[in-house]
Amino acid sequence: MANPYVIHPATIVEKIQEAEDINTYRLQLVDEEARRQFRFKAGQFNMVYLFGVGEVAISIVSDPDGPEVLDHTIRTVGRVTKAIADLQPGETLGIRGPFGEGWPLEEAKGRHVVIVTGGLGCAPVVGAIEYIFRRRAQYGSIKILHGVKTPHDLLYRERFDHWRRAPDTEVLLTSDQPDKTWSYHIGVVTELFEHVTNDPAKSIVLMCGPEIMMRLGVPILLRQGIPATAVYVSLERHMECGIGLCGHCQMGPYFLCKDGPVMRYDRVERWLGRTGV
Amino acid sequence: MVTASETNAVLPTADLQRLLDALSAKGYRVIGPMVREGSVVWETIRRVPDLPIGRRDQQEPGRYRVEQTGSSEIFGVVHGPQSLKPFVFAPREPLLQIERSKDGFTTSPILPEPDKVAIIGARACDLAGLAIQDRIFLNDTYRDPYYAARREGLFVIAVNCTRSLQTCFCASMDTGPRAKTGFDLALTEVDDRFLIEAGSEAGRDLLSGLSLPPASEDLAGEATRRIEACARNQVRQLDCSRLPHALYEAHEHPRWDEVAGRCLACTNCTMVCPTCFCHTVEETPDLSHQHSAHPRLWDSCFTQQHGYIHGKNIRPTIKDRYRMWLTHKLASWIDQFGTSGCVGCGRCITWCPVGIDLTEELPALLAPGVQPSIASQQMDNA
Repeated sequence: MANPYVIHPATIVEKIQEAEDINTYRLQLVDEEARRQFRFKAGQFNMVYLFGVGEVAISIVSDPDGPEVLDHTIRTVGRVTKAIADLQPGETLGIRGPFGEGWPLEEAKGRHVVIVTGGLGCAPVVGAIEYIFRRRAQYGSIKILHGVKTPHDLLYRERFDHWRRAPDTEVLLTSDQPDKTWSYHIGVVTELFEHVTNDPAKSIVLMCGPEIMMRLGVPILLRQGIPATAVYVSLERHMECGIGLCGHCQMGPYFLCKDGPVMRYDRVERWLGRTGV
Repeated sequence: MVTASETNAVLPTADLQRLLDALSAKGYRVIGPMVREGSVVWETIRRVPDLPIGRRDQQEPGRYRVEQTGSSEIFGVVHGPQSLKPFVFAPREPLLQIERSKDGFTTSPILPEPDKVAIIGARACDLAGLAIQDRIFLNDTYRDPYYAARREGLFVIAVNCTRSLQTCFCASMDTGPRAKTGFDLALTEVDDRFLIEAGSEAGRDLLSGLSLPPASEDLAGEATRRIEACARNQVRQLDCSRLPHALYEAHEHPRWDEVAGRCLACTNCTMVCPTCFCHTVEETPDLSHQHSAHPRLWDSCFTQQHGYIHGKNIRPTIKDRYRMWLTHKLASWIDQFGTSGCVGCGRCITWCPVGIDLTEELPALLAPGVQPSIASQQMDNA
């Protein structure tokens, strides 16, 4: 078996500034063979490496149908991401991956898809939305609920506008600290949960964002009749190795880098909200 | 796998050098226990007198002493702080050679050099720890090539325990004191003789080369009696029958606060544990900023950084970290790997500077909780 620690160089082909401290890096593996073989599922992540600085786990936000260029949206927040923020197109990062379990997009076929995201949490689900739109006929209605703190935090604005215009698709945005420019809902994302679906038994929920949103939000969805086994959440912990060996990303009995980051809600319900887990 | 009873022999303790020589002749570097600075560590053994003959270790919570007994007992020391873990899962090792180039970098794995290592003096608890690490590093979703390379060259000569420490509880964990599997050879020291048993093809091969007489039934019987007496003499035990769930349910138990008041988060328990596997990778380029060895080192769930995630810490308090460690070791480990993460070696009890004893903590955590205020009053009065 291949050595899972080997890092593959990748060139930054484009850098897109999404917000003051958030950039999307479009990466292309340098080695042609590695590029040809790279396949991923929406919701999986890569370990992104910068020489002399280290690695950081970043979800792949691009469409899994186009694995030649891999998009990673990175918020400048820690030691590694701050160093990455200085890089420009043409410079080299490294990639190990893809790792983890992605979104259940096969299982979602034939069902109504409800996507609930908060803040930068929308990034890991963008690839899933693109995947669904490419196979639009295989899925039921699509409802995208996205909450941000301030309008400034709304990324991928043009993508939301694009999705909103698609048939049988509803996009609801909300901000709990809006300004005068905000023309959508005001409040937290769980306030959009009334009647998320007319057919709860045939719906599936993909959720990504702060854990408090899951803890408070999922019970509302369950009360509407969506089964706990049809709710999937993407969780975040300290991930270093990506292969379930370094021990940092544990949540209860799970290694989120390997068993997750996408987890079925009923499996993690007892761990969500526990302090220190 | 050969069962122990298929091949056994008797080796006079005075002839132990023959075994060491046979291992050397097969190209093994022989490692055994050696007294160093008041403790016992694994060192290269060339001659029998290198071993801690006539010494015994006394272990208690937070206390380790090596004492002279004046006897000719060879394996009187049960164990030191190190299990077999450092031989397979290196405390620090380079993973990759990363070379910066004009337009990027290149990487290549640095796998350990093949090394034949024979370890003499491993205890049943150490073998149980090794089996658990094998399960984690070799038989999980991903196979760790570094661990695999070190493991391949390892030849293990177990020594069955005929003396228990105050801190031992392998009998209750069903991991000892007799080495059941996972060894190449096993010795039981019975006065001036060893009962020597083969546990693998390699062990049988080595044993047949020694041309030793078969062990008498009397010797085998006496060895068994002494091992059984050792098990009976253990004063500590751990009842894991209600795990993992009872510990999951104890997440809000007030005892966590109480033990956190004593725990120093020093990481000793995780460093001496035969099964703890947390590790981190450092990116440490040289001064020229052209080369990086990308080393992996042991990490501990007691460190500040272990639960760090972009600007916050999942486990900021010592209470969070002790709870993480114990819950993982005794409970979630079962869900993850089908076995407890504890082998009953007692090292975490001995090497804890304040003598925290998990065989005390677990029953307290599984008992109905008292109010924290009452518990702390009792502490103050104690």
